[in-house]
Amino acid sequence: MHIPDGYLSPQTFVPLYGVSFVFWAIALKKIKQELPAKYIPYLAMAAAFSFLIMMFNVPIPGGTTGHAVGGGIIAILLGPWAAVLAVSVVLIIQAIVFGDGGITAMGANCFNMAVVMPFVSYWVFKLVKGNAKGGARFYIAAFLAGYIGLSVAAILTGFEFGIQPMIASGPDGRPLYAPYPLSIAVPVMAIEHMLVFGIVEGMVTALILKYFVKHEAELVYAMKEA
Amino acid sequence: MTRFQKKLWIGLAIMALLTPLGIYLPDRFKSGDAWGEWGTDKIRGLLGYVPEGLKKLADFWKAPVPDYNFGGENAAFSTQVISYIISGMIGIAAAVLLIYLITKFLVKHEK
Repeated sequence: MHIPDGYLSPQTFVPLYGVSFVFWAIALKKIKQELPAKYIPYLAMAAAFSFLIMMFNVPIPGGTTGHAVGGGIIAILLGPWAAVLAVSVVLIIQAIVFGDGGITAMGANCFNMAVVMPFVSYWVFKLVKGNAKGGARFYIAAFLAGYIGLSVAAILTGFEFGIQPMIASGPDGRPLYAPYPLSIAVPVMAIEHMLVFGIVEGMVTALILKYFVKHEAELVYAMKEA
Repeated sequence: MTRFQKKLWIGLAIMALLTPLGIYLPDRFKSGDAWGEWGTDKIRGLLGYVPEGLKKLADFWKAPVPDYNFGGENAAFSTQVISYIISGMIGIAAAVLLIYLITKFLVKHEK
């Protein structure tokens, strides 16, 4: 889901940089105001975790690969704004040091994986769990949070790919950037994430939440807010 | 550092050592690249041409460690595995450092 340089037109990546800047600014403000100092080591670990989980490429035999992001579990444990910061930091390191995701596409990648995913996951978790503090409903909520969060981010990425041929084509009618139309890019991104990678993300989300609830339940952000 | 935090760090260290699974399994199952993350050679293979704008922007940035691999494109698999683990370690260090710098900067301004 890391869009490389060259796949998005400036008409797409410039506005998405703008949107991500707004979310970064709010995230920093929220963290300054609300994050207790004892959470900082967890924020650092969350970023380290997100970096590592994205290295576990999951194969679809003979096809393609994908990976979990960790944006959902971080949002549940530390809050969605903390997740915005943790995952953005990771995506920026990946782009600059490892060439994973483009520099021009950094705003877009951060918007998809570090903004949309944590918030969707967080809302899904709160909505599905209701008042549950454990049990099947609670962990199904966690699974769905990761599953839906990653799937929505993937569909959004597919949408950003898919609108490129409409936005920019050369005099010969050939697309200038990502070449596949919405009718291909969206279904491909949706299906591979909903059938495979989203399930991995959901399981990771539920298992890690279970571990935290067992050992340090009072830490979990999504359980504190009413 | 609390005992719980120590356990989490051990978990992260184990994850870092296991990361090569993330290149071994895709290699084993011939899974190719992630969709929409192809290099220009691969795109030429898929489309028969490389879109003009994409060609111009594709080399916008030369990453110091492209693809988490220190050995270059034709590196032996063992080199890739070691590179991948070291990349994971670099990633952890950079992520932790950046988070501490950013939060320190925020806290300083608060007081």
